Amino acid sequence: MAKIILDFEKKIYDLEARIGELKTSSELSGYSVDAEVESLSQKLNELIRETFSNLSRWQRVQLARHPDRPYTLDYIQRIITDWVELHGDRQFGDDKSIIGGIGLLDGMGVMIIGHQKGRNVKENMKRNYGMPHPEGYRKALRLMKMAEKLKKPVITIIDTPGAYPGIEAEERGQSEAIARNLLEMSRLRTPVINMVIGEGASGGALGIGIGDRLLMLENTWYSVISPEGCASILLRDASKAKEAAEAMRVTAQDMLELGVADRIIEEPLGGAHRHYDETALRVRQVLSEELKQLTRLSTEELLKRRYKKIAAIGVYSE
Amino acid sequence: MNWFVRTKEKIFSGVRKQIPDGIWQKCPKCGEVIYFKELDKNARVCTKCSYHFRIYSEDYLELLADNGLFAEFNIAISSEDPLKFRIPKRYTDSIQTAKRKTGLNEAVRTAELTIQSIPVVVAAMDFRFIGGSMGSAVGEKIARAADRALKRNIPLIIISASGGARMQEGVLSLMQMAKTSARLSLLAEKGLPYISVLTDPTTGGVSASYAMLGDINIAEPGALIGFAGQRVIKQTIGQDLPNGFQRSEFLLEKGLIDLICDRRQLKSTIYKFLQFNYA
Ligand SMILES: [Zn+2]
Repeated sequence: MAKIILDFEKKIYDLEARIGELKTSSELSGYSVDAEVESLSQKLNELIRETFSNLSRWQRVQLARHPDRPYTLDYIQRIITDWVELHGDRQFGDDKSIIGGIGLLDGMGVMIIGHQKGRNVKENMKRNYGMPHPEGYRKALRLMKMAEKLKKPVITIIDTPGAYPGIEAEERGQSEAIARNLLEMSRLRTPVINMVIGEGASGGALGIGIGDRLLMLENTWYSVISPEGCASILLRDASKAKEAAEAMRVTAQDMLELGVADRIIEEPLGGAHRHYDETALRVRQVLSEELKQLTRLSTEELLKRRYKKIAAIGVYSE
Repeated sequence: MNWFVRTKEKIFSGVRKQIPDGIWQKCPKCGEVIYFKELDKNARVCTKCSYHFRIYSEDYLELLADNGLFAEFNIAISSEDPLKFRIPKRYTDSIQTAKRKTGLNEAVRTAELTIQSIPVVVAAMDFRFIGGSMGSAVGEKIARAADRALKRNIPLIIISASGGARMQEGVLSLMQMAKTSARLSLLAEKGLPYISVLTDPTTGGVSASYAMLGDINIAEPGALIGFAGQRVIKQTIGQDLPNGFQRSEFLLEKGLIDLICDRRQLKSTIYKFLQFNYA
């Protein structure tokens, strides 16, 4: 598959290609180009630093959707040992756009539930582009209840362009499935960590998104509607998504400032899609640390804090 | 506490304000021409075909309340503009316009009233106020209505009418789904009844939170109820939607609501559930 390169990444990839060519030609000719490679590499690092320290909201949205970005299973492979995937909602079917299962994180038993996107068209047929039907949310709830019963913490991994808007999804109660999860997650008697690794679109994200801590990778977005959806409704033009992303303030940094997110996980320079292992390592360290703190709390204290955290969100006057 | 007293003759005065001209209205469903006076006496339901015209927050409160008497609370809670939202116009301007047009401070009224002498807390959403959309103020008012029910140890009724979460507050409006649903879990733990009444329309973030979480979900006939918008669904699947899709009758058939109730029987139906609860 051809590498997908975003507009603002193009200079970076061009420079990398030039360095690569230089090295190859040096090997063939025998001439040393070390000095030039060294200078270009420095330039490359500067370029990456410059590009990634000035990202607009829209650029972050694009990174969050980058087709090479690590997805839920990429993290699970790297941070969870003895992973066993568990399937099905016990009522209708197995939604493959939300996966769930058990495993160990640094030796601690955890329940992992996350949206799963596909890497190519074939995978996306199976994963439905990470857009769940009601049975996905019901599977998620079933697994959360199991974790509650077995007194194991839950980690939910959020990465969805939205709950699926389709006839069958409506017939089977998309609204009810999401609503039920909101209610049940708010009182689940075990620690719940929510982590956004890519896209956090609306109710589709929130449906597995309530818990004690909301962590967001640096280049992710979260909002009530996609920038395209907002632009198409308010500006009658979906191509004005960039404006909508700015207006709605959708980035991880915005979420921190609005009191919605609790912590940002910094991505290695150049973005998670260029550094799977390093990103996963950081995620593992943060999750481990957060879990240790949460598991120290009594269930009553945990629920009290969760309730207060949810109740505090919002800005109004009276 | 502000008490609003209405005489029996003026039950639907709120609606009349909406339509200052003319003395009759044509039913969009059957074409029958009906005098307002007749329509008002009939809970704004078509006298010929039972089409339900839209009514608004104060109408529902009066419809349910004994003697049309209710005590509204948290009236002052109002939206702010935390994002400094400017597209395509200032959110603060939209709020001001809505306030002026409706005389409301927000897209929901919350009140205490009695239904056949049984005290209840009622939150009635209002579609006139920015499409009944839920922002932080609506979320907070709904949450506090639940708190009031908890404190008084009485049932909660929420009458929904909303296009969904309010985009102009971005993620904060999304999080109101969490806030309101979390509050309902407290009612559930205390064993207090929660009745959800779904009216036209109840979609998006409101349907995907408290509107679908009633111990009983009651819908008005023909109401549009669903998660995703019809235009979005059509675009996504590339085909036309079946007749009656996302209407109350469709939801009843799919097992998603308990019953469809004609507005003229709404009070007596809710009363039966309250009576059952206390019997
Ligand atoms: Zn009619």
